[in-house]
Amino acid sequence: MAVNNQPIIRLTNICKSYGDTQILKNINLELEAGKFYTLLGPSGCGKTTILRTIAGFTDATAGQVFFDGQVINDVPANQRQLNTVFQDYALFPHLNVAENVGFGLKLHKVAKAEIETRVQEALKLVQLADFGDREISEISGGQQQRVAIARALVMRPKVLLLDEPLSALDAKLRKDMQYELRDLQQRLGITFLFVTHDQEEALAMSDEIFVMKAGEILQGGTPVDIYDEPINHFVANFIGESNIIPGKMRQDFEVEFVGKRFECADAGMRPNEAVEIVLRPEDLDIVAADQGKLVVTVDSQLFRGNYFEIVAYDNDHNEWLVHSTNPADEGTPIGLTFDPQDIHVMRLNESEAAFDARLERYEDDDE
Amino acid sequence: MQRKQKLTRNTAYFVPYTLWIVLFVIAPVILLIYQSFFNIDGQFTLGNYQTYFTSSTYLMMTVNSVWYAFLITLATLLISYPTAYLLNETKHPQLWLLLIIMPTWINLLLKAYAFIGIFSQVGIANQFLSFIGIGPKQLLFTNFSFIFVAAYIQIPFMVLPIYNAVSELNPSYVNASRDLGATPWQTFSRVIFPLTLPGVKAGIQAVFIPSLSLFMLTRLIGGNKVITLGTAIEEHFLTTMNWGMGSTIGVVLIIAMVIIMWLTGGSKRRPRKGLTK
Repeated sequence: MAVNNQPIIRLTNICKSYGDTQILKNINLELEAGKFYTLLGPSGCGKTTILRTIAGFTDATAGQVFFDGQVINDVPANQRQLNTVFQDYALFPHLNVAENVGFGLKLHKVAKAEIETRVQEALKLVQLADFGDREISEISGGQQQRVAIARALVMRPKVLLLDEPLSALDAKLRKDMQYELRDLQQRLGITFLFVTHDQEEALAMSDEIFVMKAGEILQGGTPVDIYDEPINHFVANFIGESNIIPGKMRQDFEVEFVGKRFECADAGMRPNEAVEIVLRPEDLDIVAADQGKLVVTVDSQLFRGNYFEIVAYDNDHNEWLVHSTNPADEGTPIGLTFDPQDIHVMRLNESEAAFDARLERYEDDDE
Repeated sequence: MQRKQKLTRNTAYFVPYTLWIVLFVIAPVILLIYQSFFNIDGQFTLGNYQTYFTSSTYLMMTVNSVWYAFLITLATLLISYPTAYLLNETKHPQLWLLLIIMPTWINLLLKAYAFIGIFSQVGIANQFLSFIGIGPKQLLFTNFSFIFVAAYIQIPFMVLPIYNAVSELNPSYVNASRDLGATPWQTFSRVIFPLTLPGVKAGIQAVFIPSLSLFMLTRLIGGNKVITLGTAIEEHFLTTMNWGMGSTIGVVLIIAMVIIMWLTGGSKRRPRKGLTK
C-alpha cells in the first residue's frame, strides 16, 4: 500500500439546508487515516448531519465530500467504503447476532466459510464470542452496542462512523466502552469519526476534536489544545467547567480583570482591547485571604467525591467556581492564587484561522 | 380482599364480550355443525359430507374458490404493498389512508351495481376502450371483472395492516442495510419485507378468508360463470332449501379458514420487540 499524506476524508465547503433553515454552514474538515476524531456539540448543531453526509444518507446542498482523494458526492451509501454504528444500533430484529454481523459479508458474496471465520473474529473482538446464536431481543443494551460495532468492523472499513453510540448506556458501562472503543481503534488502526454531545467522552477518547455550534465548526484541535486554549466563550463553557470573566488586555502578556493587573501568557491583541478571561476551577488554589491574588467569599460547596466544588463571589459579584481537595468554610473570605499560564485570554469574535495565526506569531516571538 | 374485589370487577368487563362471542360466534357455529348432519328430510346422516367429498362438482367448486381467492389476494397484495409503502413516504399519510378507507363506508351492493354501470357495453370503461381504438369489449361477467372488483373491494383491508407494519419500521434499519452494502432491492428483500411480513400475513388473512366465500359478486359481476363455495351455500339455503348441505359447505369453509389462520399465523420464534424502537 502506498503511503501518502492525503486525508482519508475531506469535506470542502459543505452546506446543508432544509428550506430556509441552514443545518450546515460551510464545513471544511480533514481527517487523516488511522486517527480518532470526534465531532462535539450540543444537540441540533449539525454533527449528525455531517456524519450522514459522509455515510451517504443525506446529500449536501453544496460542497464536496472526498474519500481517499475521490469525490464521492454521487456514490450511493451502499458503495462507500465506510461503515456506521447507529445511535439506536439498528440491529435487524429478524436476524440473530451472527446473522446480523454476517449481513454485509453475505451481500458481498463472501464464501460461507470465510463469513463464519470473520463473524467469529469480529464477535471475539467485541468480547461476544459465544453470543452468535442469540436473538437480538435476548441480549442487553451494552451487548447490542458491541454487536453493532462488530457488524460494522467485520466489513473492514477504512473509516468507521459512530453516531452517539454510547448515549443509551448507563454511566459505568459507558466508561468501559470508552476504553474499549479507544483500544479497538488503536489496535485496528481504522479512522474513527465519533459524534457526541458529551465533552468528557470526547476529551477521553479523541486524537482530535471538532467543537460545533449551530452548523459551524468553531474550533478543531487536540483535546489538550481545546481544553487549555478555547477559542471563545462557547467552547470554554462547553468543554469542562470554567470561570469566564470580562477583562482588558493592557499590553502583551499583561491583562486586567476584577480591577487588577495580572501577568499572563497571551499576546497579540490591540492594547486595551476588551477580552474574556478563562480560569479553570481546578487551576485555582485556595490560600489565606491576605495571600491571595484574588479575595472571594465562599457561598456554598458540594462534595463531588474526588473534590469539593466551591462557589464563591468576589466584591464585584463575579461568581468563582473552585475545585479543591479540601473543604472551605461557607461565608468566610478566602484567597485564590493561580499561575500566569493558567490565565487564558480570549478575544471576542475571533475566528479559528485568526486565532491560530496569532498563536503562532507570538509563540514564535518567544523563541 | 381488595385484590379479589378487583378481580371480580375485571371479570365483569368481560361479560359483554363473552355474551357477544357466545351468541354471535360460538352458537351459530355449533348450530351450523349440528345442521350439517341432517339431510333435506330432517334425518340424521353423514351423507352430506360423503356427498361433498365424493362429488366432483363440489370438489371442483372448492378448488375454484381457493383458486379465485388466491388470485384476488395476490392482486390485492401486489397493489396494496407498494401503495402502503408509498403512503408512508407521503407528507400526509393519514389523509391518503382515509381516502383509501372511505369506499368501505359504502355498501358492497352499491359498489357492485356501480361497477355494473362502469363495465357495461356502454359504460365508461368501454367508452374509453372505443376512444383509444380497442373497441367495445365484453367486460362484465368475465373472470377478469370479477377479480378486478373483488380486489378493489378488498384493497383497504390489505393496505391497513401493511401500512401499520411499514410505518412502524425503524428507518435506521434501511440506512444500516445500505451502509452494509445492500442495493435498494436487497434492502427490500432482506430487511424491509421480512420485517413487514406480519402486516402482510394479517392482510392475507383479512382478504383471503372473505374471498373464499364471496357470493354476491360472483353473480352480479362474474355473471355466475365463477361458481364458488359462497355461491353454493347461497343456492342451498335460498333456492334448493337443502340447509344440511349448505351447512356442510359452511363447515368445510370454516375448517379451511382455520387452516389459513394457522398457516399465516406463523411461528413467533422471533419476537417483534425491536421493531418499534
